[in-house]
Amino acid sequence: MRYIANTDADRREMLATVGLGSLEQLFTDIPQRVKDRFQPLSLPARTEMEVARALEEFVRSNNDWHGSISFLGGGIYDHYIPSVVSHITSRSEFYTAYTPYQPEVSQGTLTAMFEFQTLVCELTAMEVANASMYDGATALAEGVLMAERIVGNKRVAVAQPLFSHYRNVVDTYCWASGIEVVELRATTEGRCDTAKIPDELSSLVIQSPNAFGVIEELEGLKDALGKALLIVVTNPISLGLLAPPGQFGADVVVSEGQPLGLSPSFGGPLLGLFATRKRYLRQMPGRIAGQTVDTKGKIGYTMAAQTREQHIRRERATSNICTNSALCALAATVYLASLGANGLQEVARLNLEKAHYLAQQITSLSGYRLAFQAPFFNEFTVQVPTDPQQLRAGLQEKGFLVDNPTQLASLGVADALRFAVTEKRTKEELDHMVKQLGEIQLE
Amino acid sequence: MSSIFDRKCPQRAGGLFPTPDVPTDGAQKLLPASLLRRKAPRIPCLSEPEIVRHYTHLSKLNYGVDDGFYPLGSCTMKYNPKINEDLARLPGFTQAHPLADGKLVQGSLRLLFEMSTLLSRIAGLADVTLQPAAGAHGELTGMFLVKRYFADRGEDKRCRILLPDSAHGTNPASAALAGFSVTEIPSREDGTVNLGALEEALDETVAAIMLTVPNTLGIFEEQILEITEKVHAVGGLCYFDGANLNAFLGRARPGDMGADIFHFNLHKTLSTPHGGGGPGAGPVAVAEQLVEFLPVPRVVQDDAGYRLDWNCPHSIGSIHSFYGNFGVILKAYSYLLHLGDTGLREVSENAVMNANYVQERLKKTYCLPCDRLCKHEFVLSAKGVAEGISALDIAKRLIDYGFHPPTIYFPLIVPEALMIEPTECEGKKTLDRFIEAMEQIAAEAKENPQLLHDAPQRAPVFRLDQTRAARQPVLTHPFDDSSG
Repeated sequence: MRYIANTDADRREMLATVGLGSLEQLFTDIPQRVKDRFQPLSLPARTEMEVARALEEFVRSNNDWHGSISFLGGGIYDHYIPSVVSHITSRSEFYTAYTPYQPEVSQGTLTAMFEFQTLVCELTAMEVANASMYDGATALAEGVLMAERIVGNKRVAVAQPLFSHYRNVVDTYCWASGIEVVELRATTEGRCDTAKIPDELSSLVIQSPNAFGVIEELEGLKDALGKALLIVVTNPISLGLLAPPGQFGADVVVSEGQPLGLSPSFGGPLLGLFATRKRYLRQMPGRIAGQTVDTKGKIGYTMAAQTREQHIRRERATSNICTNSALCALAATVYLASLGANGLQEVARLNLEKAHYLAQQITSLSGYRLAFQAPFFNEFTVQVPTDPQQLRAGLQEKGFLVDNPTQLASLGVADALRFAVTEKRTKEELDHMVKQLGEIQLE
Repeated sequence: MSSIFDRKCPQRAGGLFPTPDVPTDGAQKLLPASLLRRKAPRIPCLSEPEIVRHYTHLSKLNYGVDDGFYPLGSCTMKYNPKINEDLARLPGFTQAHPLADGKLVQGSLRLLFEMSTLLSRIAGLADVTLQPAAGAHGELTGMFLVKRYFADRGEDKRCRILLPDSAHGTNPASAALAGFSVTEIPSREDGTVNLGALEEALDETVAAIMLTVPNTLGIFEEQILEITEKVHAVGGLCYFDGANLNAFLGRARPGDMGADIFHFNLHKTLSTPHGGGGPGAGPVAVAEQLVEFLPVPRVVQDDAGYRLDWNCPHSIGSIHSFYGNFGVILKAYSYLLHLGDTGLREVSENAVMNANYVQERLKKTYCLPCDRLCKHEFVLSAKGVAEGISALDIAKRLIDYGFHPPTIYFPLIVPEALMIEPTECEGKKTLDRFIEAMEQIAAEAKENPQLLHDAPQRAPVFRLDQTRAARQPVLTHPFDDSSG
């Protein structure tokens, strides 16, 4: 095997040192009954070349999709990733390191974590952020649990227009913790109806832009909540233009970080962003890097606020998370550093303008109209004149990918399609798609 | 140590995105002013060469497996094969959208399906979910499964999880997060389960036991069959933490030891890089009676090919946004294809050989609390090396010798623990150099202890003040007012 350095001679010498006659004797402590039941995989060893060939065959059966033009969204977006991102994350000093338990030899990872936390706080206008969670959905679930620990009420209100993958994970975690999940319906505007807020909540979860693409009205919401926490799910690219949740008094802001320089990768690895207020630091889940000094007074970084964590507090920890998404957080950090504040605003504007252009073009087709009049960012929902599944299949045949309308249907919006538009889509592609859409309708 | 925020830089043009080709109405026209951001985030705008130099510099302050020996016990820091990185970057994999029509992503679905099959067979269990994004996430999923299983059977009184006191901290944290109470069982001196103490703790309120096999001292639980039989006898389930699977890969299966639930750490056992703290992957294998509770969606195969199945009424629900860390799973799959059955055996053989060799040689200089055949790792105690010398001092001094330190202060049942896991990838020459360094450090501890207290001297920073970081937390860049 290529990844083993010992030679037979080495092994003989080492066995002699240990005082054993054979390698098998290293395993005499495993009960014979267990060993007797063992069954191999019947998997032949392959050379590197054969492995590459085998995996390339898998890629080929994905090829139908290759070259299609994507309007898929729903939380995962097809953004341009500057070349520098993968060049940095490919440095093996970063990707072959473990969690920075030994800070003196982990200053690279720790400095990047500290930068990442600062960037997340800047984007969301919050006070503290952790070094990442697995993904947006688990970040939200942990946020809901944190709110329950702080407020004490076993009930959370969740906006209906929340991406279903967020809702599903929240439901799972809440079921296990005995937290009741109540749903706040959407208004005809496509916004969460916050007119009547249920009693005795630990938190209210609202997503903006939401699952219809609509930007929520967050002004005044925090004041209406009493002691319950306001948890906002957001899209980090949108924050290049949109007022950050922190401005509206959010207590927790979570997000899927994939748009910040990560490829869709069939839904993983992803990157959970988690930010909150300083006063909740001791209740926060996840790793956190902090600034300190060495014995000569030089600034350095180390893991901070560890007394919340499982390796110290065990069953009383604020979360069980240890391995998170550090390398993805590094990618997001490099992505944001290479755009700068201006570049982030620029990319957000391109998304906004292209999405609005497409919306305008689609709704100029007969029978198509926006499902909601409320403002949107880079994703919007269109009411369509025929079976949306047929339209989706028709577009797919022409090389245009859109989300499955069952998601919208499960949120109570029938006969509709959702389109996501990023900076990568050209006017030509948008026009071409609209033309094809018009022709499908005629068929 | 400077961060990007320490760089004062004028705003530059981006040069990344083309000028808009659609009408530019501007945000002000498209959105009401109340929704717009008033103050830009303080994100520095650096030129590309500045960015590359900054992060290249940072990378050089890190120590990874590619830099040298990384015997971090319990973390299985084995070599991360380069071919896996290349394959994971193929655009056909990276560009696949999780919500794309299944017809278009048959290759990705098939890979997930085949990986589940392989992992089920490695575990000797009925089926696998690939959704958990890390080992601790796998534990949590396992605890949710236990909860759901008993809820379904109407056995609500089963609210306790048993744990040996040598367990990883994630075990009790995961159990608590799933709403269980934790009962710790005192271990025997070698960290193995005390059968008497176990029997005392066992009753009808026990939902499951969480075991690490081999245990966190690197000792194989020789009475594993008796333990799992006893737990099963009172109707409880057996959860195995797979952090230490490297010890018996290719020669024994958790399912054959009585495990009902077993989690893998792909970023340990199956060679995927740890990324400085993730992404990892923590697939969970289960016995037949738990299959119906596995997370949705499941990847299934039928006549039309591979598809996602959401129709599992007894499922615990979803525990990840989509189907798990596909990019990580792919690397582990590639690794398994390369190894085959023979390679898997070579892994455990060399991992255990290496650990026993280093243990045998170091026990002459250091206290070895549990002097017997170990598996893939072993635990020394720094106690008694010299007056006033701690495990931390030894760890920091190892940095000066060019090695990454072992895990320290864990497991908690060994005072001043140094937990050493060489992995199968290291050759005898490297191990000998490490042994000599450890011997020299022990000598220095007696002759010149200050050398250890002052270590590290050859790292990018001197010893960092952890207390200050905990007491006066500075968790974001302290901007001065003028930079806003």
